Amino acid sequence: MALSYDDVMAKYEPVLGLEVHVELNTESKMFCSCSTTFGGEPNTQTCPVCLALPGALPVVNAKAIESTIKIGLALNCKIAPHSRFARKNYFYPDMPKNFQISQYDEPICFDGFVDVEIDTDEGPKQFRIEIERVHMEEDTGKSLHVGGATGRIHGAEYSLLDYNRAGIPLVEIVTKIVPGTGKYAPEVAKAYVAELRDILRGLKVSDVKMEQGSLRCDANVSLRLIGSDVLGTRSETKNVNSLRSVERAIRGEMIRHAELLNEGKKVKQETRHFQEDTGLTRSGRSKEQAEDYRYFPEPDLVPVAPAASWIEELRAQQPERPSLRRKRLKEQWAVPDKEMAAMINADALDIVEETVLLGADPTKARTWWLGEISRIANEKEVALTDLTISPKDVAEIVALVAAGELTDKLARQVVEGVIAGEGAPSEVVAKRGIKVVNDDGALMAAIEKVCAEQSETADKVRNGHLPAAGALIGAVMKETKGQADAARVRELLLKHLGQG
Amino acid sequence: MIKNTAAQMSAALEKGETTSVELTKLHLDRIAAIDPQVKAFLHVDGDNALKQAAAVDADRASGKKLGPLAGIPLALKDVLAQEGVPTTAGSKILQGWKPPYDSTVVAKLKAAGVVILGKTNMDEFAMGSSTENSGYGPTFNPWDLTRTPGGSSGGSAAAVSAFEAPLAIGSDTGGSIRQPAALTGIVGVRPTYGAVSRYGLIAYSSSLDQVGPFGRTVLDTAMLHEVIAGHDPKDATSINAAVPAVVAAAKLGDVKGLKIGVIKQLQGDGYQSGVLARFNESLDILASLGAKIVQVDCPSFEYALAAYYLIAPSECSSNLARFDAMRYGLRTGDSDGASAESVMNATREAGFGREVKRRIILGTYALSSGYYDAYYGSAQKIRTLIIEDYKKAFTQADVLVSPTSPITAFKIGEKSEDPMAMYLADVATIPVNLAGICGMSLPAGLAEEDNLPVGFQIMAPAMQDQRLYQVGAALEAALVSKWGGYLISNAPALGGAK
Ligand SMILES: [Zn+2]
Repeated sequence: MALSYDDVMAKYEPVLGLEVHVELNTESKMFCSCSTTFGGEPNTQTCPVCLALPGALPVVNAKAIESTIKIGLALNCKIAPHSRFARKNYFYPDMPKNFQISQYDEPICFDGFVDVEIDTDEGPKQFRIEIERVHMEEDTGKSLHVGGATGRIHGAEYSLLDYNRAGIPLVEIVTKIVPGTGKYAPEVAKAYVAELRDILRGLKVSDVKMEQGSLRCDANVSLRLIGSDVLGTRSETKNVNSLRSVERAIRGEMIRHAELLNEGKKVKQETRHFQEDTGLTRSGRSKEQAEDYRYFPEPDLVPVAPAASWIEELRAQQPERPSLRRKRLKEQWAVPDKEMAAMINADALDIVEETVLLGADPTKARTWWLGEISRIANEKEVALTDLTISPKDVAEIVALVAAGELTDKLARQVVEGVIAGEGAPSEVVAKRGIKVVNDDGALMAAIEKVCAEQSETADKVRNGHLPAAGALIGAVMKETKGQADAARVRELLLKHLGQG
Repeated sequence: MIKNTAAQMSAALEKGETTSVELTKLHLDRIAAIDPQVKAFLHVDGDNALKQAAAVDADRASGKKLGPLAGIPLALKDVLAQEGVPTTAGSKILQGWKPPYDSTVVAKLKAAGVVILGKTNMDEFAMGSSTENSGYGPTFNPWDLTRTPGGSSGGSAAAVSAFEAPLAIGSDTGGSIRQPAALTGIVGVRPTYGAVSRYGLIAYSSSLDQVGPFGRTVLDTAMLHEVIAGHDPKDATSINAAVPAVVAAAKLGDVKGLKIGVIKQLQGDGYQSGVLARFNESLDILASLGAKIVQVDCPSFEYALAAYYLIAPSECSSNLARFDAMRYGLRTGDSDGASAESVMNATREAGFGREVKRRIILGTYALSSGYYDAYYGSAQKIRTLIIEDYKKAFTQADVLVSPTSPITAFKIGEKSEDPMAMYLADVATIPVNLAGICGMSLPAGLAEEDNLPVGFQIMAPAMQDQRLYQVGAALEAALVSKWGGYLISNAPALGGAK
């Protein structure tokens, strides 16, 4: 029987562990000079090194080390003066060497933390996520399983291998176990991944696009009875490809675990795959028999030993932390709590800031992005940034409204036109012939016409029944194809009917 | 002409007494004549060699400034990638593979105008001490065709010894240059780890492998050493420092006032009497030339062989994982419905030889969880102790010496069924690899009991490779004047070279 989330929380406490893989945006791969550009023809971005041809040797990309140290510093980690690479040995066709160069017992960054804030029943509350380690490794290639129903290896007729991704630098950020989040576990996890994403974006070290896989989250979840200090068996959910999915996956796993435990069954320690459509996870590789990766120090590489002076230089270059930036923007723009939360939730902070920097009033910019434009984005089921409308367009529209050249209503038409691909706001205005009718003569003609047609209503207004004016104003607006300034119409109408 | 040294050939080319094409043809003829018996080569690249030779001749005719080895033929161990030329590392699993790139050593050879005659036979993936572990059959010792030339670079050593090439390239992980040099009566050097790029060297054991030169004389070997050594940004373990002046040292050949340390642990039991006799005779010569002979103690060397047979297999078990039938080389068992895993299994089963499988299994075991500390971890500790032994010994002596191999060339098949007996062939050479330092073997004469060559090993600290050549050249000069010519000139089995 399906448990409710409240049922779960009445009995259990969740413990989280999050592993985030970040693809760095270095121009070349981790151990060779091949390009890292996304989406190339299969196997065109390869060389003897990343194809593991006999005799080829890896050489560490210094830029990747720099990026990793920057990440470590941003996550309040210690930077190891001496760390080394290790080989993680296992056979898989999309891994050309049949071992992955990773870091094992000596990661480059360790012992850090990230603070996240979420809305709780008692108001905003801060949670500290402790970071165990940040280490470097290389990505694998991709297998494409052809034939069979599921696109999975099982049942496929044959498989194709693309090694373009093989050797792309990855940074893995591993938290310590995260207890004490209670019923907010899904929100805390989501806020943590969002915070990481913002930090990484601020550092400019990754594209941090979850849909493209440049930021991937594995969520470890276990439950224990409230009051117990014994950890439960955890499951590791992969394939969590959006912030919303992080939240859904954890919530779903908590309920699944609780159902098993309530029925007296055991939770299997296993890898599970999140299904975007159902919000459920399905079983993957069982981890009951822990795989032996036979780690040993990578003999083809020398230890990483960043100079202390270099680390300090990188520390001095750290950008403003996302949490501080949010605080600063909230104050600068005088945004109420609720609106600020909505803006963060909609992932609109960057785009609003860009619009403001282009001269728009912060409140206006925010209202456009979170209102009309968000509505269209939701309708189309795309992200704000995926629409053709840019901060520059919105700034221009805000300016046109401020100058009285557009009414809010007309501006909505312009927004629609820009999103429909009709060009920049000025072009849409020109093409659609949109303009505010602010010629009082033309307005008066329309008012006289409407009052003649609806003489009974007009009389009501003349007799002091002002609410009736609404119908007349509407009719005038219609007459002028919405291009009139409604406030001016009202003013003229009331004057005309002796109420001004 | 083919019995000349590379230095003599170089002078003849310089003076216009011969051409590279002529030299190359003479060597190709020699290969055609005797290689069916010696089987030093896996692939003779005659057409390309002649093209390369003609290009060097043209450059010389046009007055271009050329290096000393421009136009000199060379035999290349099949463990180094050469663009477009079959490269197998002696394994069936790579049969027919043609690399799309040149190893750094090959690129340097080409840039120096060295003419590459072809690829030489070797123990599969350099695992062995007799060349019998080749997937393509053994190589035979030119001194006695019933015997092995040593290994794993047996093909390269035999080619130089049989006058099929004046120079050759080998690789040395546990003695694979020095031991075959000793068994075939020529000079072989394992340079300091990191002195020669490993880029394009098919890896056996990454932390022990090193490419090095073979020649018939100390000077020839030094000339080749200078061509292949130097920093390479494509190899992260490559040393970024100037190449030691090995040619100058070989020309100097002086030991006056030098302290030469004899390692107590590398003599005695298990060493053939004729080997020890020649070794001691060489020591007397060095003393007579003004060197001071001292005894040094390296107690940890007793464990060197054990440490080596944990570290090398561990690394190879991982290095050889890439041979999986997915991208290149052999692919078997790829029938309808076969999974990738079963194709990998079938291919590795069919493609790897017995010794390679033995070491992969050994290494996989040594690295596995629960055993790592006892095996791989302990071996690394021994490695540290050996480094310490050397450090201490080098405070007492400028170079250290020992016999290269405890025994002379053994019969084909004699040890191939007994891995431990085979492993003991490298007991004196392995410590150098574990410590990452450099070593040379040069001929010390023939053992009285079997009339087969004995090698004298010289060891020097890291990046002090010039000391090997300085001492080696002095000893060589004294021995050559005693013998009335190079030892190799008197090789009995395959006379007739002109
Ligand atoms: Zn590459």
